[in-house]
Amino acid sequence: MTAGLDGDAAIIGYVELAPQRRPERPPRFVLEQWAALAGAAVSDAGIPADRVNGLVTTAVAETNLFAPATLAEYLGLPVNFGEYVDLGGATAAGMIWRAAAAIELGLCDAVLAVLPGSRNVPRSARRPPAEADYFGASSNRFGSPQAEFEIPYGNLGQNAPYAQIARRYGAEFGYDPRATAKIAADQRTNACATPDAVFHGTPLTIEDVLASPMVADPLRLLEIVMPCHGGAGVVIGNRELAARSRRRPVWIKGFGERIAYKTPTYAHDLLRTPIAPAADSAFAMAGVQRSDVDVCSIYDCYTITVLMSLEDAGFCAKGTGMEFVRAHDLTYRGDFPLNTAGGQLSFGQAGMAGGMHHVCDAVRQVTGRAGAAQVADCNTAFVTGNGGIMSEQVALVLQGD
Amino acid sequence: MSPARPLPEPTPVSAPFWDGLREHVLRIQYSPSSGRYVFYPRLLAPGTLADDLEWREIDGAGTLYTFTVAERATAPFFADEVPQLLAVVEWDVGPRFSTELVDVDPVDIKVGMRVRPVFCDYPDAGVTLLRYAPA
Repeated sequence: MTAGLDGDAAIIGYVELAPQRRPERPPRFVLEQWAALAGAAVSDAGIPADRVNGLVTTAVAETNLFAPATLAEYLGLPVNFGEYVDLGGATAAGMIWRAAAAIELGLCDAVLAVLPGSRNVPRSARRPPAEADYFGASSNRFGSPQAEFEIPYGNLGQNAPYAQIARRYGAEFGYDPRATAKIAADQRTNACATPDAVFHGTPLTIEDVLASPMVADPLRLLEIVMPCHGGAGVVIGNRELAARSRRRPVWIKGFGERIAYKTPTYAHDLLRTPIAPAADSAFAMAGVQRSDVDVCSIYDCYTITVLMSLEDAGFCAKGTGMEFVRAHDLTYRGDFPLNTAGGQLSFGQAGMAGGMHHVCDAVRQVTGRAGAAQVADCNTAFVTGNGGIMSEQVALVLQGD
Repeated sequence: MSPARPLPEPTPVSAPFWDGLREHVLRIQYSPSSGRYVFYPRLLAPGTLADDLEWREIDGAGTLYTFTVAERATAPFFADEVPQLLAVVEWDVGPRFSTELVDVDPVDIKVGMRVRPVFCDYPDAGVTLLRYAPA
């Protein structure tokens, strides 16, 4: 018997704001964004808000410490489970399994997992925001390994280290720029069937991708995610609340998580990404085969991330991802539906909410709410989260009844 | 004029590494109990948490594990230095090292090529950075 979830917790409501390149919604503090998204997710589920007694969050900009307590107080909810997740782009997927585990342990009945995603917050001249420090996910603090051994050599940000991974991939297995471009083009087709997508109405061809500027060789501009304003959240409930929900429950059947390193320089094997053990765990726990999956929502900060995740999650053999992408139609109407709302590349990456996009993509498909991009008879979804530079990854298997 | 390149500050644990570079010698840690070299400098050996790390001199020779040619600066500090030749070198003794390539035309860079250390002094800051060139 495999340790893990019994599948007794389900996503019963969700919200995902349409991403905006320029914010058109009024400025809101992160705390306020959290509350608004929480309210929308709970009303989507159709359960009373006072049944929510768990919450999962990441950093809240208005406070350095005590984020769960600050949220419990602000929302006025009695919280038996207040969790803080710090896994970058894997935070959303990491939130989902933690919420499911807390529900299965009987700690709580319903858990909110919310990721605000807009930097458009009210401004104060007396308390100006901290200046941009350019270090992003790297730390330039005294004693940080990155400050000492990476930043002085220009190794910071995401583009360069992802490019280094892609370069190594090419040296070992070969690199087909048309195949990685096809990932972006197919996902754009999905975005064009999804009105909320930021690139809805803007088709993209492989040639367009190949004609876009080189940013960090071999990564081109249109293979790199673009930041937007938005936000997303879900409510996860137990069997009783799932039965009361207005929506088809999306059961959390299996998960896996692997945190491998901070900087890929120190990866044990740069080309075997942490999603491999995470996906094995998720499928074994769920008792589901790869061939049972109806839709995949794969974290797509870069096209190379998608390609390597497909290999390492076991949908094709290592080193054959380029061929797999060329051989399959990745659109919602194709034989391997992937990132059916456009993925973050074409739906938009609303900051930390970008990871939740993939959960929402799966929820829309399994609940039959994907509109023109709906995959027929969609019951089983595979979702990944990816934090840092393929440093920390989470896999989820989600299923309808 | 772009802001100054952020330079490293040695810590109590890492000081022997930076002292070595200033002397144009490469010293990294070694864990006798696991028989492995370790980089970056740590208090305990990664993986085993053995408290047996000792400093050993290595020749710094290695191969290019991977690289990218960054056409857009990775931060404003490097705006005057594009394209940046951002590299990961695998030392012959095992660990990998984040660095930059020098004295090479970008079109000649190949994964797997042999590389040699180049010591780059920053006298005002009292530190030396370790870059790499084709061997």
